[in-house]
Amino acid sequence: MEDRYSRQTSLKEFGPEGQSKLINSKVLVVGLGGLGIPVLQYLNAMGVGMLGLLDQDVVELHNLQRQVLYTEKDLGRLKLEVTHEKLSVQNSQTVFGLHDTFLTKDNALDTIKDYDVVVDATDNFPTRYLINDACVILNKPFVYGALHGFEGHVSVFNHENGPTYRCLYPDMPTPDEVPNCNENGVMGVLPGIIGTLQALETIKLISGVGEVLSGSLLVYDGLSQRTTKMKFKLQLSNTKITELRETYQTDRCEIVAEVSVETFLELRESKTPFTLLDVRTKGEFDCGHLQEAIHLPLDMLQLPKQLSKSHHDIYIVCQSGKRSAIATRQLQMDYPELKFYNILGGMNKLMTLSS
Amino acid sequence: MTILLFGITKDIVGTATLSVPTSSITGRKIPKTVKELKQFLGDTYPELNKLSSLAIAVNNDYAEDDRIINSYDEIALIPPVSGG
Repeated sequence: MEDRYSRQTSLKEFGPEGQSKLINSKVLVVGLGGLGIPVLQYLNAMGVGMLGLLDQDVVELHNLQRQVLYTEKDLGRLKLEVTHEKLSVQNSQTVFGLHDTFLTKDNALDTIKDYDVVVDATDNFPTRYLINDACVILNKPFVYGALHGFEGHVSVFNHENGPTYRCLYPDMPTPDEVPNCNENGVMGVLPGIIGTLQALETIKLISGVGEVLSGSLLVYDGLSQRTTKMKFKLQLSNTKITELRETYQTDRCEIVAEVSVETFLELRESKTPFTLLDVRTKGEFDCGHLQEAIHLPLDMLQLPKQLSKSHHDIYIVCQSGKRSAIATRQLQMDYPELKFYNILGGMNKLMTLSS
Repeated sequence: MTILLFGITKDIVGTATLSVPTSSITGRKIPKTVKELKQFLGDTYPELNKLSSLAIAVNNDYAEDDRIINSYDEIALIPPVSGG
């Protein structure tokens, strides 16, 4: 039988030894979006023994321009399920760890501890800082990739006593400083480029081939095809993390209370009185909403008078849970006497559970 | 001196590169350290002052505030980006 990995094991730097290291390694990929998909397709094809998949989003139409594993037929399905299905067909020898959740401070350490390497393929700062801190605590390296428009950043943090994410960016930006790609846009092919670079760094890290991008940030500009590298050093204080922070929302903001869709549905069943705000646009709201939802679009976020005197808990929903997080934070600051909860995963998740 | 701009700093300034005059024809103090450069740029583009973490590379090395800069140095503003 022809060895399926012969084209890489015949590389003298890599060889059968490199392959056996891949087969014996466990890699967790956090985020099954634009970056996570190319990372996984290559790590799976190349024979990494165990791959952890972690995401709770569903496939949406606007994902398809960059998340090229998904097709129109997958719309509305859980990314975790679709990815698992397709990767299992791609390589039946791979063992998959399925994590139907978002990474939170409550599950991060427990999830990451079973893996050798973490790939940060997320799309938001709180999760990136959470991954950093959890990896520092557990002494695991992580392969970082992030995008902005036509630009991408890649690095490997916490590798063999190398610098961490906080050595480069000590403080997490506030939500109004730096937009994510929901607000800012990203050129479809960019995550493909950056994600494959992350896959390459992961392979190098596991096999020991070449020079891992540790202590160096690679910045790729797609518009000019120019790459810039910035070297940076370890700040010893950043390795002294012993526990996760109380919250990974931005420091100057109040803590945003969150509930899972499951918890929200239980509450709904229990007939406990509550208020539900839907902060999506009018178009989205008109296309379908929960019966009891009060429409309050994010750009006109002001509580109606009768609600501001309400004694009920107020739950906030949007399509995916991102805008509702902003709304929850904002409203909690404006009305500190009321209690607001963000519904994680939003309508997307609600629809997968109730259908 | 020429400054390369990345991420949100490129959006704030509106171009990918920025030229900072090295002779004082403008009457403004010419930045001699990274800290002074930050102040200089922040005066012109106040949005930059809002960034809580902004890495500045001088000749491809992460530079602390007290790092001396010269007109021939290659400088880059590299803020964190978050998209995925």
